[in-house]
Amino acid sequence: MSVVIKYDAIVIGGGHNGLTAAAYLARAGKKVLVLERRYVLGGAAVTEEVFPGFKFSVCSYVVSLLKPNIIRELMLPKFGLELLPLESTFTPLDNDYLLRTADKDQTYREISRHSPRDAETYMRFGPLMGQIGMAVRPILETIAPNAIRPSLADLGAMKKLLNHFKTLSDEQFEYLTKLMTMSSADFLDEWFECEPLKATMAASGIIGTFMGPRSPGSAYVMLHHYMGDIDGAFRTWGFQRGGTGAVSMAIARSAKHFGADILTEAPVEKVIVKNGRAVGVVLENGDEYQADKVISGLDPKLSFLKMVDESDLPSDFVTDIKNFRIRGSSGKVNLALDGLPNFTSLPGDGPHLRGAISISPSYDYLEKAYDDAKYGNFSQEPYMDIIFPSVIDPGMAPPGKHVMSCFVQYAPYDIKGGWNNKKREDFGDSVVNAIARFAPNIKDIIIHRQVLTPADLESTFGLTEGNIFHGELSLQQLFILRPAAKWANYKTPIKNYYQCGSGTHPGGGITGSPGEMAGKKILRDW
Amino acid sequence: MSYGNQFKAHTQLKLSPFFERTSKLNESQEWRRWSGYLAATNYELTHENEYFAIRTKAALLDITPLYKYIIEGPDAQRFLNRMVTRNIGICKVGQVMYTPWCDENGKQIDDGTVQRLSNHKFRITSAEPNLEWIEYNAAGMDLSILDDSYATAALAIQGPNSRTILNAVTSDILNNLKFFWMMETRFGDIPVSISRTGYTGDLGYEIWMDSKDALSVWDLLMDKGKPFGITPTGLQALDMARIEAGLILLDVDYISSRHAIVESRKSSPYELGLGWAVKIKKKYFIGKRALEAELARGSEWEFVGIDIQWTELENHYRKVGLAPGLPGTAWRTSTPLYKGNEQVGYATSGCWSPILKRYIALAHVKSEYAQSGSTLDFELKVEHYRKVTPAIVVKTPFFDPERKRSCP
Repeated sequence: MSVVIKYDAIVIGGGHNGLTAAAYLARAGKKVLVLERRYVLGGAAVTEEVFPGFKFSVCSYVVSLLKPNIIRELMLPKFGLELLPLESTFTPLDNDYLLRTADKDQTYREISRHSPRDAETYMRFGPLMGQIGMAVRPILETIAPNAIRPSLADLGAMKKLLNHFKTLSDEQFEYLTKLMTMSSADFLDEWFECEPLKATMAASGIIGTFMGPRSPGSAYVMLHHYMGDIDGAFRTWGFQRGGTGAVSMAIARSAKHFGADILTEAPVEKVIVKNGRAVGVVLENGDEYQADKVISGLDPKLSFLKMVDESDLPSDFVTDIKNFRIRGSSGKVNLALDGLPNFTSLPGDGPHLRGAISISPSYDYLEKAYDDAKYGNFSQEPYMDIIFPSVIDPGMAPPGKHVMSCFVQYAPYDIKGGWNNKKREDFGDSVVNAIARFAPNIKDIIIHRQVLTPADLESTFGLTEGNIFHGELSLQQLFILRPAAKWANYKTPIKNYYQCGSGTHPGGGITGSPGEMAGKKILRDW
Repeated sequence: MSYGNQFKAHTQLKLSPFFERTSKLNESQEWRRWSGYLAATNYELTHENEYFAIRTKAALLDITPLYKYIIEGPDAQRFLNRMVTRNIGICKVGQVMYTPWCDENGKQIDDGTVQRLSNHKFRITSAEPNLEWIEYNAAGMDLSILDDSYATAALAIQGPNSRTILNAVTSDILNNLKFFWMMETRFGDIPVSISRTGYTGDLGYEIWMDSKDALSVWDLLMDKGKPFGITPTGLQALDMARIEAGLILLDVDYISSRHAIVESRKSSPYELGLGWAVKIKKKYFIGKRALEAELARGSEWEFVGIDIQWTELENHYRKVGLAPGLPGTAWRTSTPLYKGNEQVGYATSGCWSPILKRYIALAHVKSEYAQSGSTLDFELKVEHYRKVTPAIVVKTPFFDPERKRSCP
């Protein structure tokens, strides 16, 4: 039988952006329903007990970019937001290492060991990137105007941005231009000489992107990762107590506090479109919900090629969405451990295990990893960003045991021969081998291993092609072009159908920003 | 599985070669960071004896954390002359020059001393690391750059008895060593360089030595200096002495233009009271054009001493039933200065001067309000309430004893 209930707004997908949009709408007094396909909320920002006693931030694993105003406006600390600092970045090398910590003197001294000149430059580089981040933020915090057919409001927004650009210093302009156009390797070469330092910094320019450190455009992705701040300190990263799922749960609790209804295990089959207007949704079980507005937190491919019929959309828009680049480039390996790995270059369970561990010894290492992927293979020696959540938050694993989160790149979605069980395990083996190169005991302490390929990310989390950002952060699909020209303001060609996922401006990461701005835009249009 | 605590990263603060001695002497166990080193705040539980050692006896300070670079080669003089604002061309072998240096916009990067060790060899000291700047500007020149910061240990011996003590230790007599000159000598069989320089504005010397000789030098000085009141001295006492001497401190009184982030945080040497050290007639140096222009149009800011007036200060406290609240140590909190309702400047460091019996501070003041003798209002908090009290602009140094420059 089919039940018909009427809401002001329905959000498809209980990921952190969908929840954020729902919270903003509920906060404004709207009757909101969130429909989540899985048994658990959070989308890719989810914590699951994959093996008994071992909790994993299964996909997304660190927090930096969550917008401070969202934290305030949705009162997230009250609902469980607890961000612990990630204090350091450790880059193991074969006979040495590079360890950057939160302390300026320590970091200066450590980089000096590799290059005294870089140690000095590094002290100037951080503040400069902070300045560039400040220069970009107003763009990220503006609802992308329709620059092709601007309304008066769009012109107003563009004027405001132009005025902001007038206030930038020459230095901010110069480096902003460079960051928008260069490869992260070329950009960092202008500053530094120490390979592991450059490679580790450049690595943030390839995360979630089908590019190598030497690919033009990667510098922007690096900047995207630099823009976060915690408590006003730029480019700091944190770990949510209880995993990233706890961030989503905090947003969900906030949404409920404001009166939103949230249903899990409620997969939406289709958006109901009548006369070019969205009027509700129908679930896979046949239940129908009516609403004045329907908002999709899914990626653009699912929002427009699955949730609605192509015939309801203009064909040029469908073409744009089909061309939207969403190539998956990464996998995730989650390990349950009997102890901690012992890094050959820096043995013992020191503070270096409380931070990020970056397997990025050199540009060549990263670029070679990319080369494998270019031709349809996973990297034999992959780039990895590793954390030990249980070292930061002991609650993530049973006493004395540990969990290890490995973000792994590259693992192309379009792998030769397609992904299958054997290939998944081979990929897992190459990851463990790459860790063992720097911490040989890893093989002896693994209790369980969860390997997620891009195909798994797609099937389990609904990330098309396994792309963690709902679409690459490349210039041709950012800001006024995300996900398509004329439709970057959270609206869609279907009236009352909106989008609020990472595939919209300003893009991926646990920012809450697309959800917030979509929510605010919808309220403005109401 | 456990590996015990084998963690051995280079994460500790650096320890000076004198640490073996200073750590045992530091009764207060109060340390500050200085350029990534652990440096004694004060050795005794209060800093007063150490302060008076600088002014009446002899203070011994570990100044190893200073950055030190050796510039050597046929182009060394040409390079330094290009980098700093003073005229290194007239710096003779054995002479030392205090100098600021600037970026192309004439904004100050750092300040330090240039020692001419030989015709083609110089040592330059700085508060912040400057290797990158030096290398960058030395491109194409025939010289070598050596970061000497760790290999060369340094001590300062400051105070009226410092010469007497050194004369008891050195193989040469220092009586003829003039202010801002240096000499090579020996402590027994240990070679040292001694410069008549310091950061206290008193009679005093700085001793430069190989790090491996550090402990022997320390022991000799402590031993021979005992009858003359030699006192290991920490940074708190030094801070008071340098304010009395009107000597600026990077990151406290000004910010390096290399790290300033915003334009308004940068200062030119003219704006820091160092106009005397800018040899604008020099053929070329980095920042010359901008400084010429600034000289022509006049600087926006001046760096001055202020004398916070006692009577009014006392009245503020009397009104709430208290004796005048004077700072026991030097402060470094930026403090507003007003003229009427307008803020016209800010003091960056100050202290009660026990030797002068005056409450003094160093301040940035907009040029039109910075003439000596003009009265400004200094902000202070009296029992949780904001007040203003008059402060008079005065010339620095506040304290300038004849012994600083004289020879016996």
